[in-house]
Amino acid sequence: MTALRVDGLFKVFGRHPAQAVDRLRAGASADDIRATGATPAVIDVGLAIEPGEIFVVMGLSGSGKSTLLRMLNGLLEPTAGTVHVGEDEITALSGKRLREVRQRRISMVFQHFALLPHRSVVDNAAYALEVRGVDRRTRLAAATEALAMVGLEGQAEKRPDQLSGGMQQRVGLARALASEADVLLMDEAFSALDPLIRREMQDQLLELQARLGKTIVFITHDLNEAMRLGDRIAIMRDGRIVRLGTPESILADPGDEYVERFLADVDRARVFSAADVMVPAATVLAGSPPADALEALRAHGGSALAVVDGDGRLVGVVTGADLRAASGDVAAAVRPPAARVAAGTSLAELLAPAGAGDAPVAVVDDDGRPSGLVDSRAVLAALAGSAPDGRVPADERTEVLEGSRG
Amino acid sequence: MAEPTAVLAAEESSLPRVPVGEWIDTAFDWLKDNVDPFFDAVATGTEGAVEGVTDGLLALPPLLFAAILALLALFVRSVVFAVGSLAGLLLIQSMELWEPAMDTLALVLVATLVSVVVAIPVGIAAAKSSRVSAVVRPVLDLMQTMPAFVYLIPAVTFFSIGLVPGVVTTIIFALPPGVRLTELGIRQVDRETVEAGHAFGSSPWQILRGIELPLARPTIMAGVNQVIMLALSMAVIAGFIGAPGLGQIVVTSISRLNIGLGFEAGLSVVILAIFLDRLTSSFGERRRDGGRRSWLVRRRTAPAVGTPVVAPEAATPGIRPTAGAGI
Repeated sequence: MTALRVDGLFKVFGRHPAQAVDRLRAGASADDIRATGATPAVIDVGLAIEPGEIFVVMGLSGSGKSTLLRMLNGLLEPTAGTVHVGEDEITALSGKRLREVRQRRISMVFQHFALLPHRSVVDNAAYALEVRGVDRRTRLAAATEALAMVGLEGQAEKRPDQLSGGMQQRVGLARALASEADVLLMDEAFSALDPLIRREMQDQLLELQARLGKTIVFITHDLNEAMRLGDRIAIMRDGRIVRLGTPESILADPGDEYVERFLADVDRARVFSAADVMVPAATVLAGSPPADALEALRAHGGSALAVVDGDGRLVGVVTGADLRAASGDVAAAVRPPAARVAAGTSLAELLAPAGAGDAPVAVVDDDGRPSGLVDSRAVLAALAGSAPDGRVPADERTEVLEGSRG
Repeated sequence: MAEPTAVLAAEESSLPRVPVGEWIDTAFDWLKDNVDPFFDAVATGTEGAVEGVTDGLLALPPLLFAAILALLALFVRSVVFAVGSLAGLLLIQSMELWEPAMDTLALVLVATLVSVVVAIPVGIAAAKSSRVSAVVRPVLDLMQTMPAFVYLIPAVTFFSIGLVPGVVTTIIFALPPGVRLTELGIRQVDRETVEAGHAFGSSPWQILRGIELPLARPTIMAGVNQVIMLALSMAVIAGFIGAPGLGQIVVTSISRLNIGLGFEAGLSVVILAIFLDRLTSSFGERRRDGGRRSWLVRRRTAPAVGTPVVAPEAATPGIRPTAGAGI
């Protein structure tokens, strides 16, 4: 069961929108439509968003991402196509039924917080429940709990303008959480915050998400943010989704030049993890003779082997040179890995150990069993990107960004 | 029913004469003949209301009432305002103009009340619908710029002279800024905040009550303030058609060329005006707000009500210091 399903969604502003949709379906380009005086904002978007997923829609301003988001909860009516929240077809609802879905199923966090300046923080957080008609005691209790969740204990009686931007957005988040909706729409929620606070909020969102497992649709124009938060990312351009996939798959295979140019600025070291760059470890028992180990290394390829004890736990690593120089058994030649890390460790954290010495970094599971080895060349290759000349000169890049319609 | 006579001899105008004046005459005659009971009812209601308010204002001895108003001034604004109000009101009393001043005040209060009750809903409707706005705007233009003396005439034909036509013309003259500023205030409410209301499933009524009206309040109150000021200026002109109060004193002093009396009455109007302006503009002030102050809002020396006292240990680092509350 998908949490949110979007089928053949169009939004055209301006004159004769329905005709514009027909023409777009028949293959007209966005520019053709603009020439007639209509503005296509979202063109033929189809999505299936799974429960518990953070789905990021990423695009430059004017790419249609905010319009898309506003059709998910019916703030904007699509020109064509349908949106389902769970079983309910949002696009078929109106009036009271639509308000009910918004009250219970789907909530929203706004770029500029959109708090009510004349109400206290806790009353703001309780807004969704108040609208629903929940009695004051219950809703204040729920709001207080939501405020605690976002780290705003003790701020309940303040006014929003007494808080910093980051804290105001936490109130916005608490308001959305207090409504207990399963689906959370976040419209450039962190874009108005300064970079340090933004990072902090991203961390907090990931942490909350690990606990609450909401379905989140997150809009951003910041690709690093998209890569950091998204389980999947949809990249929009001129109203269309031009690429959809996991952050890693998009980085590894941008698909087209537009996306590739976009990716030039991504901090790859934070997107890729040890698991993405490791080679599966070939293991050898500490007690085996070096000749057998050399044979295994040759058969497996690569430059080193993981040495394990009788329980399969990592003892250390050996390289081919170590083995050739070894006398006695493998245990005599073993050396400690440059570091032991979990599979999810980001490349950024691998840089220092991988560069430190000849020994590879060992990736181990929770029980200490080796799952792979990472050598420094693999780290560098991942950072360089799959395309050898992935980087675009700065001036050319600006041109691309501007050329893609403001 | 006099033919409207051209003031300037039309020198063989090439355009046909459009008999606007005759149409207006005909329309008013029709109204007078057919809707008279309605006007009678309006007259009775208005008269009753204004006289009731006047009696109320005159029920207390002037000195006591002046002291109460000064206390009100102290409560909503400052010591300076309170002292100034008391001095001004006592001056009115000492000039023996207390009673006409209260007549005028009663007329202004009733006219303001009616204007506000009409203006705010119309303003909201105009903010919600561009079509309503397009219809309302020229009507407001007409009400504001048509010379006030011109609609004193039909007011007299409907209500004869006295208090009632005074109230009616005052309402017509004072209403427009109430509508305009209500419309402006509602239209200026942050779009995203209204969107948030919709996103959490608020009904249109919940959005109006809970979001739009509170956020538009400073602007709407600026409109109410303007309504009061215009009502006061019109209430004096209404003296020409027999409305009681300071306006009549002014008319008398003009007919007698009595400079001193004219100034005394004029000064009393000014004192009432300043008192009402400062008082109502204090109500419009948003407590503890950051940047959004209307140009009408001046100064408030008392600390903003409800500024929370934060115990030092509760003050989390990273809280922006509150922008000078209420200064």
